[in-house]
This record gives sequence, structure tokens and C-alpha cells, in this order.
Amino acid sequence: MSLETGVRTNGGARIGVYVCHCGSNIAGTIDVEAVARYASELPGVEIARDYKYMCSDPGQELIKQDIRDHGLDRVVVASCSPSLHEKTFRDATADGGVNPFYFQMVNIREHDSWVHEDVEAATEKAKDLIRAAVRRVRHHRPLEIRRVPVHNEVLIVGGGIAGIHAALTLANAGKHVYLVEREPTIGGHMAQFDKTFPTLDCAACILTPKMVSVKAHPNITLWSLSEVSEIEGYVGNYEVTVRRKPRYILEDVCVGCLECIEACVYKKGKVVDEFNLGLSMRKPIYIPFPQAVPQFPVIDPETCIEFKSGKCKKTCVDACGDRGAIDFQQEEKLEKIKVGTIILATGFKTFDPKRIPYYGYGVYPSVYTALELERLVNSAGPTGGEIVLRDGSKPKAVGIVHCIGSRDENTNLYCSRVCCMYSLKLAHLIKEKTEAEVYNFYIDIRTPGKGFEEFYNRVAEEGVHFIRGKVAEVYPESGGNGRLVLKAEDTLMGGVMRKIPVDMLVLAVGLEAQADAEEVRRMFNITCSSEGWFMERHPKLAPVNTFTDGIFLAGACQGPKDIPDTVAQAGAAAAEALALIDTGYVELEPNTAYINEEECSGCKTCVPLCPYGAISFREDTKKAEINEVLCKGCGVCVAACPSGSIGQNLFEDDEIFQEIEGLLAHG
Amino acid sequence: MADERKTGFEPKIVAFFCNWCTYLAADLAGTARMKHAPNARVIRVMCSGRVDPQFVLEAFAKGADGVLIGGCHPGDCHYQEGNYKALRRYNLLKRMLKDMGIEEERFRLEWISASEAERLKWAVDDMVEKLKALGPLNLAVPSEDFAEGVSVA
Repeated sequence: MSLETGVRTNGGARIGVYVCHCGSNIAGTIDVEAVARYASELPGVEIARDYKYMCSDPGQELIKQDIRDHGLDRVVVASCSPSLHEKTFRDATADGGVNPFYFQMVNIREHDSWVHEDVEAATEKAKDLIRAAVRRVRHHRPLEIRRVPVHNEVLIVGGGIAGIHAALTLANAGKHVYLVEREPTIGGHMAQFDKTFPTLDCAACILTPKMVSVKAHPNITLWSLSEVSEIEGYVGNYEVTVRRKPRYILEDVCVGCLECIEACVYKKGKVVDEFNLGLSMRKPIYIPFPQAVPQFPVIDPETCIEFKSGKCKKTCVDACGDRGAIDFQQEEKLEKIKVGTIILATGFKTFDPKRIPYYGYGVYPSVYTALELERLVNSAGPTGGEIVLRDGSKPKAVGIVHCIGSRDENTNLYCSRVCCMYSLKLAHLIKEKTEAEVYNFYIDIRTPGKGFEEFYNRVAEEGVHFIRGKVAEVYPESGGNGRLVLKAEDTLMGGVMRKIPVDMLVLAVGLEAQADAEEVRRMFNITCSSEGWFMERHPKLAPVNTFTDGIFLAGACQGPKDIPDTVAQAGAAAAEALALIDTGYVELEPNTAYINEEECSGCKTCVPLCPYGAISFREDTKKAEINEVLCKGCGVCVAACPSGSIGQNLFEDDEIFQEIEGLLAHG
Repeated sequence: MADERKTGFEPKIVAFFCNWCTYLAADLAGTARMKHAPNARVIRVMCSGRVDPQFVLEAFAKGADGVLIGGCHPGDCHYQEGNYKALRRYNLLKRMLKDMGIEEERFRLEWISASEAERLKWAVDDMVEKLKALGPLNLAVPSEDFAEGVSVA
């Protein structure tokens, strides 16, 4: 087709303009017929139509048919955001026999009909935008999509249940996975739980086999005590540097007998045990919990006598004997890997209830967070699964206060999604283990999940009390018996003020983004929502994708979610990564910059501007040169070139000038 | 305010939004049906660093009452530091525009991330309000000469 030869037709273009109604999404606010009529009179426009749904098959067919019947060589579609359907219409254009880049999309939904109410103003805006696109598209050049190969390997950041599930899915499909976890063990929060709602499966029973499989899998390289420190490259071709902190144990020598821990000069735990949230003490050489993976001890240099003074008897080394697996000289190591895709599964942190002082957390010893209670209930926990207070006594009455740090304008506005259900679960477990009276103070009980409402009914039938009202005050009962009084307005009893004395207060803390989510986000070049959760590409249709191609999200780093949802999302992220890998290549936008050699004066202004080192200066020709593979298409050099000799595909100067003039060429 | 409404002046704003942050914020404002003034017309660029000062001059020359550049927050640029380059050019160009008699309020650079639909709405509404108070742009130089001086070869 002669149209494909790349003639820069400024005069002879035959443009088709399509104005989408999007049902009433656009047509409800914009007079689409008037817009199409207007467009039909613009210079170069051969045909202009409005249609109910341009993205539908018949809508796309309309474009193809018109290309054939009217000899169109340019297409403009005014509909939604290009992030949704630009590809759809480019493909339709190509199917019609016209280069897909002879297409321009106009966003009259997100940027117009959805944000304006005045029909006249919205319609005028749509006309302006279309006029600009019509003028722009005449200057488009035919381009080819670039293809680059995709590396087989996948990096997964975070070894909680999300990272574990995604890693196993990919490894089982024959792909090599690097699983990077910053703690000494994988397992994440799930490893701290006792039972899981609503089925009451034992968390460890369902999690630990998966943890062991990760370690044993030939396709998984597990790096614990490790963090990603640098990332370069692009989809299909990421170069990642991982910082592996020393464990001071040689992993290839250690057999995991744990005799060194037993032999430590400290006969008892001396340091706060992070895994048990400070409810117990550990030694400087320790294993976080019995089923930890990898099953190696770790030495904490902050508290180990050898590290502090160099004068320890080193009984641990003696216990290890000939194996010699303990190495105080071990140093941090940097590993460089190449991966094609990355899954972020960095999880969440729980809300710190000290931020709401009147609940008395950290002041009254009988106030616990729900996660601390998980450890108390857990038979591998600090009390062997007995629910006892810090003084060793069993509580006879327990209060659980919901929505701590959730649904509150002073902390977080969102609902943390899991607290109602875990509170019900904890209520059931407390009742089962102690026969204490359990009082739930709630705002609303939210049980939208498979088997959730049934579980709520069951717990209610077991005699757990439910009081609808926020606890307004917590104070010690007079008489110094150690009990706390919870004061709350019972909104189902006409606002009666209830004062309930309890031996133990459990705070159902919400979920928050990790403290370093912001740094992680920057490193991986993705976006966070205002609450700090990693942002998905589209809340409904691309829930595990990010705006950076090849980087996917799994689990609570994207927003609060329970285990089933986390696992489902991890599977989806793995499938997305797999789809990229198995295709073998990715198509990149052809928006790279290039030098018009004849015009280049060799001033070198552009060379230091490129953050990717894609521009070099050729000494022989005295001209700049752009490496298309390294160029990511930001266009910074284009804007900076004093002689105007750098072009950018898809964003050429003349295209943008035409767009500007088109927008303003009113009437 | 009443006087402005009487004159019915609706400022025209040409907005250059980067593909990764501000354009998406405008999309999000749409998805959230966050109503704002209909005066801005968006031109999508991959990075705010792509905005050639001549684009801005051209917009003013061709009748824009204001130009708004939207980019990622410092440190968040999808291309590492394109937004800093936009900022440097902006600072320089702003002084130049002032010398040409174009009021400061007519040329703005805003950092708006993909999740900040609220900030986008504010930036547009606030700019429209200030431009309404200023009234239409009257170039000191005839617009043809102005355009002549800045248009690319």
C-alpha cells in the first residue's frame, strides 16, 4: 500500500474520526453527534462517525471497513484513556491495513465527560481535543514496534505466603526464581499465626510444607537476610543487585543441628525475640522459630559477645566442632542477577497502637495487639499455646476492640479487611482455651467471604459477646486488682454507657504499608497510593500489574488482604510473569529518540543529559549517536537539543506543535 | 468574582502531563468522577522533561491564557531525573516570560503523582481561578511576531 511508504503527507491525509458514546459514559455529558459533525468538517477528515461502543467488535470493524471503503490512511478515536484502549485501536488500524502508528487517541472520557458537568463546556473541550488530534495525526510517521527478548528468570521480593506461592508456581512451571527475603527465614506474617479463619486450619500445617518445598526446589534460589539494593534495565531485561547480609553461619556447611544455640554462653535468652514480638527472649545465636526455612541459625552481631568484645569463650564454635560452620568473619556479599520479570510481595506491617494512647498499649501490661495474641495462642509460641497474662494468670474476661487504626480519620480511613475475621477467630480460640468471657467491641462486623458469615454466627452461638460501640476509655479498675475497665456506648441499646471490666484487652490492629514502602517503590519505579500501598495498573482489569512493565504485585503490599486473596493474587502475578516469559519477547513502544545527523552540530549538550547513557559522541563524524536499545524514550534530550536535530518517535516536535495549535485554533 | 462571571471569561489552559504520573492522576480523577474546571486541554508527553520551552511559548503565542506542566514528584521520575530538567527549564523560562510581560500565574509546574487525583483537581481549579482574576492574556508583542520569534525552523 502506498500509504505505508511513510510519505509525510501534510496535505493529502484521509482521516477517519470516531467518537465513542461509551454507553452514556461519554454521550451523557458530551454531545457526541455534534462533535462528530464538527470533526467531519475539519481539514483532511474523510469521514467522522459516532458509535455506541468503539471498543466492541462492531466498533473496531467500523474502522477497518472505513479504511477499505474510504481509503483512510489516518485514524483518530475519541473515547477513553489510551492506557485502556490505545492498543485495541492501533490493532484495528493495523488490521485495516494502515500502519498502527497512523493512529491517535483522544481521551474524552477520563479527561472530559467524567470530570465535567456542563454539557456545552465538555462538548467544546472534546472538539478542541479532537481538532488537535486530527492535526497531529497528519504528521505521524509509520513506525515499527520493537521487540526485545525476555529473560527466563524471575525475581520475587518478599518470602511471605505471597512470595512463596508465586515462587512455587513459577518454579513448578520450570522457571528459575530468585526469592529474596530480608528476615533470616521465609514465612512472613503467616508463620506467626496459629489458626487461620474461617476454617481454623493450623497456619503452620499448611504453610511449612510450602516453605520446605521452596528450599528444596531445584528452580528456586532462596536468599534470606537479603535485600535488593539496586535495579537497572527494563521489562524482560532487569539487572538486579542483591545485598546478602552475613548470617555468620556457612550455609553450605551447616547441617541445622542447632547445637550451637544450645551451647551459647548465655544459658537463657537475653535479647528481645522479634518473632515473638517481645513476648519472649532469645539468645544472640538463634533460629527465629522451629520450622524456619532455611533451617540454619543466625548470629546477631549487635548482641553476640564475640562481636562486641572479642572475648567470648565461643562455646558455639566448640559445639559445631569439625564442621566449622560458624564464621565470625563472614562479610556482606553483593550478588548481581539478570531477570526478566519481578514480583513484589513485600507485605504489610501492623498498626502501632501506641499512636492512640488512650487504649493504654505499652502502659497497662494486660493490653496486647492481636498479633501478640496470635503468638500466645500458638503452641510453638512463647507460652506453648497457653493464653496467660504477663503475670502468668489466666484471663477470665477478655475484651477485643476492633478497628484499631482503621476506619478512623485520625489514623487510617480504610478498612483493613482482615481484623473482623481474625478477631472472631481469636474470640473462638480464647473461649476454647480459657473459657473466658469474650467481649467484642465493633463498629460494623464485616464478613464478606466464603464461610465468613457462617463463622460469625458460630462464634456468636458459642457465647461470645458483641457490643456495637467504640471503646472511648480504658482505665484500671479501682482496688488495684489489675483489671481494666472498658467504657463504651452500646449503640444497639440506645446509647447506654457500658463499663466492662476485663483481665485482658486485645487490640485488633489494622494493616499498614511497610515502613520502607516508599523507598522500595522508588527503587522499582512504581507508584504508591496515598496510604502507601503499591498501586496496581488498573483496580479491576490489571490488579497485579504495575505501571512499570514486567513488575507485578502480590499480597498485602498492594492493599490489606487475607490469605486466600493473597494466594490468589500471587498465582495471578506468577501467571502474568509466566505469560511474558513464555512469549519470549516483549514489544516496546517505538518512542525512542534519534539524531538527524545532518543537522547535528556536535555540541554534546545531549550527551550528559541521558540518564541511561544511551547517547555517545562519535569522534569520527563529530556527531552524537543514540543507542536505540538503551534509549527509554523520555525525550529529555529532544527538548534540550539547541539545533533541533534530535527527534523522538511518536512525540516529534512537529506533532506536538500541531497538537498545541490544534487545541487553540478555536472557531 | 461577580464581575468576572459577567464577562464570562473562560481561560484556556494548555497542559503538558507526563505519561506516568500526572496524566494518570487526571485519569484517576476521571475514574473517581472528581469534577473540576473544564478549561485545561491535556497534551500527553512521556516525561515532563520532554517539554521544550518552545512548546510553552508556542502555546502562549497561539492564544493560551495559561500553561500547566505536570510531572512526577522529585525523586519519583519514571526516567530518574527528567522532572529536574523540567524544573530547571521552568525556572529559567518563567523569568523570561515575566520579562515578556506574561504574569507568573500563567505558567505553572506541578508535581502530581498518579494517585493524587485530588491534587490534580486542585491544581486545575486553582489555576483557572487565578487566570480568571487576571483576565485574558494580552501579549506585549503582537502575537505574529511572538510566534515568529519562537517557532521552530
